Amino acid sequence: MSAARLRRRKLVNAVMLRTTGACAIGIAAVLLGILGYLFLNGIGSLSLDFFTQLPKPVGETGGGMANAIVGSAKILGMAVVVGVPLGFLGGVYLAEYAGATGQFVVRYVTDLLNGVPSIVIGIFAYALVVLPAKQFSAYAGGVALGMMMIPIAVRSTEEFLRAVPRGLREAALALGAPKWKVLVTVVVPAARDGIITGIILNLARVAGETAPLLFTAFSNRFWSEGLNEPTATLPVMIYTYAISPYDDWHRQAWAAGFVLLMLVVTMNIAARMLMARSPLRGAR
Amino acid sequence: MSQAESQEKIRVEGLDFHYGASQALFGVSLGVRTNHITACIGPSGCGKSTFLRTLNRMNDTVPGTRASGSIQLDNHEIRDLDVTTLRRRVGMVFQKSNPFPKSIFDNVAYGPRINGGGSRADIADQVERSLRRAALWDEVKHKLHQSALGLSGGQQQRLCIARALAVEPEVLLLDEPCSALDPIATAKIEELLLDIADSCTIVIVTHNMQQAARVSDYTGFFLMGRLVEFDRTEKIFQNPAHRETEDYITGRFG
Amino acid sequence: MRVAGSTSPEHAPTTSLRRRLLGGDEIARFIVTAAAAGILIACGLLVYELWVSSGAARHEFGWSFITGRTWDPNAGEFGAWPFVVGTTVTSAIALLIAVPAGVGAAIFLAELAPRRVSDFLAFCIELLAAVPSVIYGLLGVFILVPVMKVLVDGPLKAALGWLPIFSGPFYGVSTLTAGVLLALMVLPFIVSVSRQVLLSVPTEQREAALALGATRWETTWNVVLPYAKRGIYGSAFLALARALGETMAVTMVIGNSPQLQASLLAPGYSIAAVVANEFTEATGDLYVSALIALGLVLFGLTVVINGLARLLVASTSTRATAVQ
Repeated sequence: MSAARLRRRKLVNAVMLRTTGACAIGIAAVLLGILGYLFLNGIGSLSLDFFTQLPKPVGETGGGMANAIVGSAKILGMAVVVGVPLGFLGGVYLAEYAGATGQFVVRYVTDLLNGVPSIVIGIFAYALVVLPAKQFSAYAGGVALGMMMIPIAVRSTEEFLRAVPRGLREAALALGAPKWKVLVTVVVPAARDGIITGIILNLARVAGETAPLLFTAFSNRFWSEGLNEPTATLPVMIYTYAISPYDDWHRQAWAAGFVLLMLVVTMNIAARMLMARSPLRGAR
Repeated sequence: MSQAESQEKIRVEGLDFHYGASQALFGVSLGVRTNHITACIGPSGCGKSTFLRTLNRMNDTVPGTRASGSIQLDNHEIRDLDVTTLRRRVGMVFQKSNPFPKSIFDNVAYGPRINGGGSRADIADQVERSLRRAALWDEVKHKLHQSALGLSGGQQQRLCIARALAVEPEVLLLDEPCSALDPIATAKIEELLLDIADSCTIVIVTHNMQQAARVSDYTGFFLMGRLVEFDRTEKIFQNPAHRETEDYITGRFG
Repeated sequence: MRVAGSTSPEHAPTTSLRRRLLGGDEIARFIVTAAAAGILIACGLLVYELWVSSGAARHEFGWSFITGRTWDPNAGEFGAWPFVVGTTVTSAIALLIAVPAGVGAAIFLAELAPRRVSDFLAFCIELLAAVPSVIYGLLGVFILVPVMKVLVDGPLKAALGWLPIFSGPFYGVSTLTAGVLLALMVLPFIVSVSRQVLLSVPTEQREAALALGATRWETTWNVVLPYAKRGIYGSAFLALARALGETMAVTMVIGNSPQLQASLLAPGYSIAAVVANEFTEATGDLYVSALIALGLVLFGLTVVINGLARLLVASTSTRATAVQ
């Protein structure tokens, strides 16, 4: 009986272990499969016009998304201006200056902000920027995405500052440097690669955000001047084109999806490579 | 002994120190003499490193710590001095070498620069002078602008000494500076300490009694947070006044 | 002899404020504290704007805003129930699929696969977590919807059509499709968090079980998983919060019909999708206010779920460090 029991246990073991393997392989296969499909379809739909031409009016084939590429760049730039300084300084506060209460409150609130659905952030930017200005604008889009960048910027800055070895701070303090100079000349430079990595990953995350742009930056078939006009972006164009009934627009949506994905993946890989060569790793 | 030699650079009286609820130092009193080398010895956990770190108020950076008693530098209470000024005057070298992830040159130039120290040429001069005093110049002069992290352990520690010397401190505190080094690197550092002591007061914490005997003029023996005995080094090692000191020196415990 | 008070920096009594200002430390402290306060203010402003701008709808409908079953902007009637149901059901479907599959994959990666394979697959899966939701939506529209219509909806109806949830006509776009797409989107997240939680289980725990003669699977099931349980629940909650708030992908495949229907194969609607679709077209203050009130509901929902998730994850990690 004991032998039978052992056989059964071994059988369960083999079956379950294989099931977990199947889960992993299945997930990887499905996800990589659909991305591969996007890759092939996207590359096939891509042309030089995509990068240089404006969208064509409904019904005409051809054209591109040059304005959306520039628009995305503008809004991401705005987002960095809004979100990164505030997030970075907030992270410095948490890692270097906050007392127990300050830490609790700021952590709690940034965690909360991190969990807010992006569409709600869009509503907020709409109420804050679009309503008073009575106009959709790149500003509003930038504020929305910037707001989304804050929590991750705070957390990654804090994390990398804390990873700077204590010995480095003490060495600088022992030379008679005041605390802020220690921060500016030693601690932040030592954490620099990590912090930049965090910012790149953060940017990659918001680069694909669509929901918060729908009613802040809105969209635009033409070039938008400056930052105070409705502005086209790649993610919103993908959305609009994908749910349209036109085959040519579908083709362009694939192309835009491909470009956006390449952008996001490149940023992710670049960030990881930067981190891998960080001197902090050696120092730790 | 001349008048100048016997002057006290630092006078400590009745120093108590607490980490939160636990007390680490009990009524420590001693005088550190100008341009001499003073060694602190004792088993690990005896409070010698804590003592050293109160001398430049490095323990201020550790939350929940408290020091009471009197520490005077040239007859001024150190807690009345601006802490950055104090640390400029009282330099420190740590147990684990801690070069900044910058070039060798920038490491040594760090102190002079943050102290607003003069022209480019002045700083370059100061860097060279400090590296020479730390007996490192010949080994690094051709690679001043390479990363300090590429140096060997012994070289890194000498770089840290050079970096501390570059602000021209009046006192240099060393917290077990050789504990991670091989005997050859250790010998080099001991040699340069003897040189530096011409113009600088040195306090060194070491768990290595031979080292204390080799380099120091005065030695204090710490045990469980108390300074058991403080005297000229020869006296401590040849004819200690206390039983505990003798036991430790002769290796009966610790 | 004088007895000093505390020498901790905050209390150093003798360094004058003016001197510290000149030294720059007080200025630096002021700048970073102001930034931290700015973040708190921004967050406060977010809640304030949601609350104030949804005022009209809250006053008009009260709690019946959530329980009302009719959403008819032309008639001025706004009840969010169909969307609350849609959001809840799609998220539930997503978790039902993604948690078992994701945890299974995480077990394989953390416990069985060689470290290098595990790291490589984890890297790929983390990249997948970075894929923007609009791209999942794009793939959903052009791949998942046709696949569901032909390969899933039809057979399901044929086999289980007598159940109300699999009855009625089907078009491919449906609550079920949205749930499946959400499952695909949160899978990478669940796998990567669960894998980390499992990897943090001390090796001694496994060795103890193996040394008693347990099989690999018994060790995993009886020792490792219980140890990592709360962390895995936490990852599921975080995934749930994401699924609840997910907008684009759901909007693109759910069918966008405010009619409440029992069948999962029928088109539905979710809170986030309504806001995305109707916000720019909303006319009249009450309509806009009702949409913002939807945002407020969504906000409240995710705050609660995130809070629970963080409690769970935090309690696991403190226990893990205590064990070390």
